[in-house]
Amino acid sequence: MQPPGKCVVKKFRRHSVLPGFNLALGFTLLYLSLIVLIPLSAAFIKTASLSWPEFWTTVSTPRVVASYRLTFGASLAAASLNAVFGLLVAWVLVRYRFPGKQIVDALVDLPFALPTAVAGIALTALYAGNGWIGRWFEPYGIKIAFTPLGVFVALTFIGLPFVVRTVQPVLEDVESELEEAAATLGASRLQTFARVIFPTILPALMTGFALAFARAVGEYGSVIFIAGNMPMISEITPLLIITKLEQYDYVGATALAVVMLVISFVLLLIINGLQWWSRRRGEAL
Amino acid sequence: MSAVALDLPSPRARVRATQEPAWVRWTLIGLALAFLTLFLFVPLISVFYEALRKGIGVYFASIVEPDALSAIKLTLIAAAIAVPLNVVFGVAAAWAIAKFEFRGKNLLITLIDLPFSVSPVVSGLIYVLIFGLQGWLGPWLAEHDLKIIFAVPGIVLATIFVTFPFVARELIPLMQAQGSEEEEAAAVLGASGWQIFSRVTLPNIKWGLLYGAILCNARAMGEFGAVSVVSGHIRGSTNTMPLHVEILYNEYNFAAAFAVASLLALLALVTLILKSVVGARAATDREEDYDH
Repeated sequence: MQPPGKCVVKKFRRHSVLPGFNLALGFTLLYLSLIVLIPLSAAFIKTASLSWPEFWTTVSTPRVVASYRLTFGASLAAASLNAVFGLLVAWVLVRYRFPGKQIVDALVDLPFALPTAVAGIALTALYAGNGWIGRWFEPYGIKIAFTPLGVFVALTFIGLPFVVRTVQPVLEDVESELEEAAATLGASRLQTFARVIFPTILPALMTGFALAFARAVGEYGSVIFIAGNMPMISEITPLLIITKLEQYDYVGATALAVVMLVISFVLLLIINGLQWWSRRRGEAL
Repeated sequence: MSAVALDLPSPRARVRATQEPAWVRWTLIGLALAFLTLFLFVPLISVFYEALRKGIGVYFASIVEPDALSAIKLTLIAAAIAVPLNVVFGVAAAWAIAKFEFRGKNLLITLIDLPFSVSPVVSGLIYVLIFGLQGWLGPWLAEHDLKIIFAVPGIVLATIFVTFPFVARELIPLMQAQGSEEEEAAAVLGASGWQIFSRVTLPNIKWGLLYGAILCNARAMGEFGAVSVVSGHIRGSTNTMPLHVEILYNEYNFAAAFAVASLLALLALVTLILKSVVGARAATDREEDYDH
């Protein structure tokens, strides 16, 4: 859609009859800079006071590396579980009717709305050795709360809505004609799913997976209650940043924060790419 | 369709060909519900169960106790400042992005989303680097006896940061889908900028705006990590509700911790209800625009 009037592409913006561009964009840029960009750049500038070897030693001590392994390992496992069950939940919500469906649909967003600290203490109480769920695992010697497994449980909770909410709209848009065509051509239900439906929703599924993973990597509130927070075993990287801050090791904390920031930015780029792919796939259909 | 008298399978058989058998359907529903029960419903119920386990008397005593009340007050203050600011920002950003064409727009949209991908702990840390005693402005603030970190302003700043994109990311796609023909017509007819916004744009975006504000508010009241870094955890003065829950929990005062937590869980449930009501209205608004 072209706005009326002359259109000079070389100019910074196209002509429009509407007022308020300078004010709106000016305020947006000012607020964005003050709240987000300048504070974020502070982390990078602070870290620049370290030499490269100093930075590398700070972010690669055994305790820090153990925290990366836990943070990324548990996030990957949680996002994978969410990819499988998120797809299942989205499928069930889109395709089937059952009593209480609307309530279930609304409650899927609970992890977005429930404060992380509340989720943290509730999950800890449930998955502890004497909790409602933990007691079923205790006799088999499986401890969930206060172990890396607890971190996985918390991150699964946190990431749950992402896959459901990215796959659901795409699944709703899948044309029933395609499935009918597949059935007419003799495909079984499973074949239709694997060859027709799944490829259509794959970009959305991967976007949801990446979103859940990205959220899990940075998560703090729900994890610290259930993790037990033992150095080298169940200590996540965000907690390590807090620990360093409490010891007044600002440079060390900031170096770790920069590592986390760079990883988040890379994940953000990947997610943007996936969403672009997802949209293109949607338009192609 | 019915005029085609070929040897097509009957309608019932056709439906069956694109549907799973009943046992598959119910197994899938059962599996999905089992997963949701384990990870969603039981945790939610357990919050209220644990909160009321010691009786209704303990429950109310934990909520009206002075430290809890001051935590509730601070949470409300932080949200009351952060949400309106981010609403104004969201409207301004969406106006610039949706109604005008300019270079660097996609970069701007990505930058607005940035706070969502930053770990809450890092969100708090960056303000310590600027306003903390060791920070850029720390010495100057100390000289003038101003406290931001370990005080209320820091908590408000951290809350603004983590809730920054909510309204904007709701309004940008909505206003882009609506286009600007109506606003342009109003402008040509001589309406002022404020008249265009309040009489044309605002009625079109009100549900989307409210939706974004509801999500923004839920996160503002529930934020833990970022606020925890800048708060200093001073009881009765710089504790928000989630931080108060943490302190009570770490003191093994589980009944009180869950009592305050249950208020936050109620807030979450109210948010979900409002979200489905308002979300449905916002969706109707969007569809009406597509119909034009």
